Amino acid sequence: MGAGWLGAPMERHGRASATSVSSGGEQAAGGPEGRRQEPLRRRASSASVPAVGASAEGARRDRLGSYSGPTSVSRQRVESLRKKRPLFPWFGLDIGGTLVKLVYFEPKDITAEEEEEEVESLKSIRKYLTSNVAYGSTGIRDVHLELKDLTLCGRKGNLHFIRFPTHDMPAFIQMGRDKNFSSLHTVFCATGGGAYKFEQDFLTIGDLQLCKLDELDCLIKGILYIDSVGFNGRSQCYYFENPADSEKCQKLPFDLKNPYPLLLVNIGSGVSILAVYSKDNYKRVTGTSLGGGTFFGLCCLLTGCTTFEEALEMASRGDSTKVDKLVRDIYGGDYERFGLPGWAVASSFGNMMSKEKREAVSKEDLARATLITITNNIGSIARMCALNENINQVVFVGNFLRINTIAMRLLAYALDYWSKGQLKALFSEHEGYFGAVGALLELLKIP
Amino acid sequence: MSWPGTFKMAECGASGSGSSGDSLDKSITLPPDEIFRNLENAKRFAIDIGGSLTKLAYYSTVQHKVAKVRSFDHSGKDTERDHEPPYEISVQEEITARLHFIKFENTYIEACLDFIKDHLVNTETKVIQATGGGAYKFKDLIEEKLRLKVDKEDVMTCLIKGCNFVLKNIPHEAFVYQKDSDPEFRFQTNHPHIFPYLLVNIGSGVSIVKVETEDRFEWVGGSSIGGGTFWGLGALLTKTKKFDELLHLASRGQHSNVDMLVRDVYGGAHQTLGLSGNLIASSFGKSATADQEFSKEDMAKSLLHMISNDIGQLACLHARLHSLDRVYFGGFFIRGHPVTMRTITYSINFFSKGEVQALFLRHEGYLGAIGAFLKGAEQDNPNQYSWGENYAGSSGLMSTSPELGPAQRARSGTFDLLEMDRLERPLVNLPLLLDPPSYVPDTVDLTDDALARKYWLTCFEEALDGVVKRAVASQPDSVDAAERAEKFRQKYWNKLQTLRQQPFAYGTLTVRSLLDTREHCLNEFNFPDPYSKVKQRENGVALRCFPGVVRSLDTLGWEERQLALVKGLLAGNVFDWGAKAVSEPWLVDSYSKWLQRLKGPPHKCALIFADNSGIDIILGVFPFVRELLLRGTEVILACNSGPALNDVTHSESLIVAERIAGMDPVVHSALREERLLLVQTGSSSPCLDLSRLDKGLAALVRERGADLVVIEGMGRAVHTNYHAALCCESLKLAVIKNAWLAERLGGRLFSVIFKYEVPAE
Repeated sequence: MGAGWLGAPMERHGRASATSVSSGGEQAAGGPEGRRQEPLRRRASSASVPAVGASAEGARRDRLGSYSGPTSVSRQRVESLRKKRPLFPWFGLDIGGTLVKLVYFEPKDITAEEEEEEVESLKSIRKYLTSNVAYGSTGIRDVHLELKDLTLCGRKGNLHFIRFPTHDMPAFIQMGRDKNFSSLHTVFCATGGGAYKFEQDFLTIGDLQLCKLDELDCLIKGILYIDSVGFNGRSQCYYFENPADSEKCQKLPFDLKNPYPLLLVNIGSGVSILAVYSKDNYKRVTGTSLGGGTFFGLCCLLTGCTTFEEALEMASRGDSTKVDKLVRDIYGGDYERFGLPGWAVASSFGNMMSKEKREAVSKEDLARATLITITNNIGSIARMCALNENINQVVFVGNFLRINTIAMRLLAYALDYWSKGQLKALFSEHEGYFGAVGALLELLKIP
Repeated sequence: MSWPGTFKMAECGASGSGSSGDSLDKSITLPPDEIFRNLENAKRFAIDIGGSLTKLAYYSTVQHKVAKVRSFDHSGKDTERDHEPPYEISVQEEITARLHFIKFENTYIEACLDFIKDHLVNTETKVIQATGGGAYKFKDLIEEKLRLKVDKEDVMTCLIKGCNFVLKNIPHEAFVYQKDSDPEFRFQTNHPHIFPYLLVNIGSGVSIVKVETEDRFEWVGGSSIGGGTFWGLGALLTKTKKFDELLHLASRGQHSNVDMLVRDVYGGAHQTLGLSGNLIASSFGKSATADQEFSKEDMAKSLLHMISNDIGQLACLHARLHSLDRVYFGGFFIRGHPVTMRTITYSINFFSKGEVQALFLRHEGYLGAIGAFLKGAEQDNPNQYSWGENYAGSSGLMSTSPELGPAQRARSGTFDLLEMDRLERPLVNLPLLLDPPSYVPDTVDLTDDALARKYWLTCFEEALDGVVKRAVASQPDSVDAAERAEKFRQKYWNKLQTLRQQPFAYGTLTVRSLLDTREHCLNEFNFPDPYSKVKQRENGVALRCFPGVVRSLDTLGWEERQLALVKGLLAGNVFDWGAKAVSEPWLVDSYSKWLQRLKGPPHKCALIFADNSGIDIILGVFPFVRELLLRGTEVILACNSGPALNDVTHSESLIVAERIAGMDPVVHSALREERLLLVQTGSSSPCLDLSRLDKGLAALVRERGADLVVIEGMGRAVHTNYHAALCCESLKLAVIKNAWLAERLGGRLFSVIFKYEVPAE
C-alpha cells in the first residue's frame, strides 16, 4: 500500500528524487551513479513520438507510453525489445504496510519451442499462479481485474492481480526458495516500503536480488499505463453521478483525456497526495496518517472484527449519526452564520462523550462512523490540496477503496459539495495495484 | 479552611455533559467576596456556558480613593513661607470601570446564580447575553434565578470579538509553546496590527476562521475530528470517561505500539532514504490485529497524535491558502493543556516547515464570555477604550504541569478570575518607534533569566516591609490603614510566591510587571498614592532651590553649563545634588557626542519622559527644559497619568510648572506660547511602555514633529527601553541605584548611563 508517512511534503519532481530507483545490482538507492543514469535512459526510451496523422486518441496513448499493439511501434523496435527483454517470469511487486500487491504477466503466445525450453520451475510458477484464485490461506487473485490479451514488450498475454497481507511476506519468500526462483535468474522489481524492509530476507533466504523502486514513480507510471490500456475494452477511470442518492447514484466511465494536472490521492494504510503535472513532473504535496490502516485498526479495536471485508460489511449496516454529533445536534438545524448544513458532522464520535449514548450504539454504528470519519477527513485534506495546487480533478486510488462504495460515494459527494461543483472525484478500477504495475513496467524498461 | 462569611456550594444536579468532577466532592468553600467582587455595582452581565466550564462576565464600577493635588489659591510669592507645602493634597473618591470575569465548573452554576441574585442590588440590567453550547440548557435556570432575559449570542462571533479584544488590550496575551525550554511559554509582544489572522477553535469539532477586521471574519473551513473525537473515541477505546484523565493517560503512553511508523514499513532502510523512521505512516495501523491487547495509555497517546496532527495539517493548509502566518488556537481541547499545545505545535512546525507559528492565548477560556459581554455592551462603545489587565484581581495562567494529576488540575482551576480596568484614555504606539512590531519594552526577561528572576523576587520581598510602612504612614488619619496595609502585604506576598512557581502567570515576568503588580495591589487596598506627602514635601524644597540653581547655571560658560545640566538630570535621580555621588567613569558615556550635537542646529521638538518628583523634576528636568527652550527647541514634557512610587504625576507637573513659571520668565513665556507642553503618558507605572501611550501624546508628537526623545531614570531608561530603537535621536539617562544590576552591567553602584543615540541613516 502507498506509504502515507505522515506529511513529509517532500518535493519530488520526477527523477530528481534522491530516494529514486536503483537498478538491479546496485546497493543503496539514490547513489550518484544510479541517479545519473536514470535521465539518460528515460530520454532514450521516451522516443516514441506519435506518428504524424495519428488520431488524437492514438497520440494520447502513445504519449502515455502504451505498448498495446505493434501498430504504434516500428517492427525494428519490437525486434530490439525482444532481444533486450528480460527472461520470464515477469513480476511487479509492491510491498506496502498492510498488503503486498503482485502483478504477474502470463504469456499466452508461448511457442512450442519455448514450451520445450521452459524450465520446470518456471512452468510450475505459471501453472500455480494461473490455475488458482487463492494462495495459502491469505493470498487472493482478483480475477475480475485480470487484463486480457495485453501486449507487453512484444509478448501477448494476461496480466494477473494478486494480493496478500504483508505479514505473510516471510512465507512468500520461503515459497520463492522452495520453488527455486533464484535459478531463473530473474530480476524482482519491487516497490513500497517493504522492498527495503524485506530486501535482506529476499537475499539471504530466497537468494533473490531485489530491484528496489521508488513507490511514487511506480504509482504514477502504473496509473498512466493502466489508464491507457483500458479495462478489457471498458474504461479504467470512472466517477459517480448523484453520489448522495442511493436510487439515482450511477457509476459512469470517465475519459481521462486531459490527465494533467491531476491530484492523485493514494489511500493505503496511510495516505499520500501527489500533484502530477506531466508524466515526469510530479511532487508529493502532503500525506496523512489517517488512512485505510486507521479505519481497519480502529474498527478492530472498536468492534472486534478481523478482516477489512468484515469491517466494511459492518459499516454498511450501521448508522453513524448515532455516534457522530451533527451540526443539527448542536444548532437545532443549519448553522446559518457560517453556512453549515444541519446534516454535516460537527464532531466525529462527538456523541460518544455521553455515557448513555455510548451504551446505545451498536458495533455496526461504530464501524460506520469510523469509515465516515476517515473518508471525510481524506476528502477534506484532498480538497485543500486541490485548492492550494489549483487542480480540479482528483483521482483516488489505493486499496482502502476496494469494495468500498460507501467511501467512494462519500468522497465524490463531499468533494462536489464543499467545492460547489468545482472539484471532481475520479476513481480507477485497479485501485491498489498501480505501484505493482509500475514495478513491472520498470522491469520491462517501459517508460 | 474556614473563612468568615464562607460560601458553601452544594452539588447541584445539572452537570455539563458528564464532564469533569463527577466523583469529586462538590462542596467547596471559598470566600465569595474573593470571587464575585464588586457585584453590588454590577450593571451588565454575560455568560458563556461550555461543555464543562461556565464563564461569567460583568461590568462594574469600582470606587477608589485617589490623591488629588490642587494649587493653593494665592497670588503673591510673599505669602509663602519655608515650611509651607507648595500645594494641597486631598483624598477623593473616584469611580473607575472594571470588567470582571469568573470561570467555574458548570456544576456550580446554580449556587453561583443564587449568590449573584442575593447580592445584586439596584441594577437596571434586564438582559444577560449568553453564548456557548450550554446556553440552551441553562436558559430557564438563568431566567428564573436572575430574572434577566437571556439573549443568545452566536458562539463564533463572540469568540472572535473576545479574541480581538484580548489581542488588543492585554500585553503578552499570545504565546508559543516550546516543550523543552524553561519556561515552556514564550510570550509575544503585541503586534500593532492584529489583523489578519486565523483562529482555529478546537471544541468538540474544529472551526477555522479567518479574521480580517474587527467586524469581518469568515468561516473558511473546519473538521469534525476535534476535541469531541478525542473524548468520545477515547472513552470508547479506554473506558476512561473524563477528558482530563484521557489527556493524562495520553501523556504516559507510547504511540509507537499502536501506530504504524515509517520504520515499520521500511525496516531499517528509512535512514539511508533520509526518512524519519518515527513519522507515523498509519495511525492505529498496528491495531489491525485480533491477537494483541493494547494499553489504554498507548491508545490514548496514538489518538492524541492522530487528532493533533490532523488539525495541524488542516490549519497549515488553510494558512497557506490564505497566506497567513499567525494562527491562534483555542477551544477546550487546547485550554492550557501542555499535552495538546505540545502536539499541535509539533504538527504545525512539521507541516508548515516552520513557516506558520502556532499561537496560544493566556485568556483563551474567556474569549466567548468577553465577546458576549462586548456584544451586549455595544452602546457603551467598549472598543473605544483601552483596557488593562489588573494583576491584583486576576488569577493568571494556571500551572499546567503534566505531572499534576487531573484531580489536582481540576481543583486548581475551580475558580479562575480575570479583571480588566478601563483606562481613562486610549493607548497607542509612540509614533517614533523605529519598528513597532519588534519593540520590546523590557530589558531583561525574568521568565527567561532564572538568576535575575531569583534576585528580583527576593528584592521585592525584602522591600515589602518598607512599602507596607510607607503605605500606613501615608494615611495617618485612617483607622484601618494598618489593617489594609497588612492585607496588601498578604496579597502581594502571595503574588510573589505564585510568580516564583509560575513566572509565566501574567505573561513575561519583568521588573516592570513586578512593580506594576505592586501598584495594582496597593490600589486594591486603597493606598492610591503612598508617596503623595513625600512628593509634596520634596517638591516644596526643590521649588525653593530653583531660582538659585538657575542663577548658578547661568553663570557657567556654555560648555560647562551643558555638562552641569546633564549632571543635574542624573543627580536628581539619586536625591543627591552634586557630581560626587555618581561613580566615575560613566558606565555608558556618549556625552561628547551629545555635546557635539548641541553645537549644531537646535532640535525642533523634544519629548521628555520625566521620572521622580522633587529635585529630579524641578532641579534636573526643568533647567534642562529651559536650556532647550532657549535654544529654540519646543518641549513636550510627559508625566504619568496616575501615581507610582515617587514619580511625578501629570497633575503635580502642572502645579510645578505653574510655580516655576512664576519664578522664571523663560518657562513662563514658553507655557503661554505653547512651546512647552505638559502631557500625560496614560500610564501609572514606574516603567515605560512606548507601545501603550496616551493617544493625545502621540498626536502631539506627530503634530510638533518631535525629533528628540529624552528618557530618564532606571525604571524608564534601564529596566525598560534600554534597547528601544527610535527613528529619531534619543537620550537615555540613569544612575544605577542597584548594586546587583550595576554589577551585572559591568559597573559599580551609582554608575551612570548616558546613552545618546542617533538612528542610522
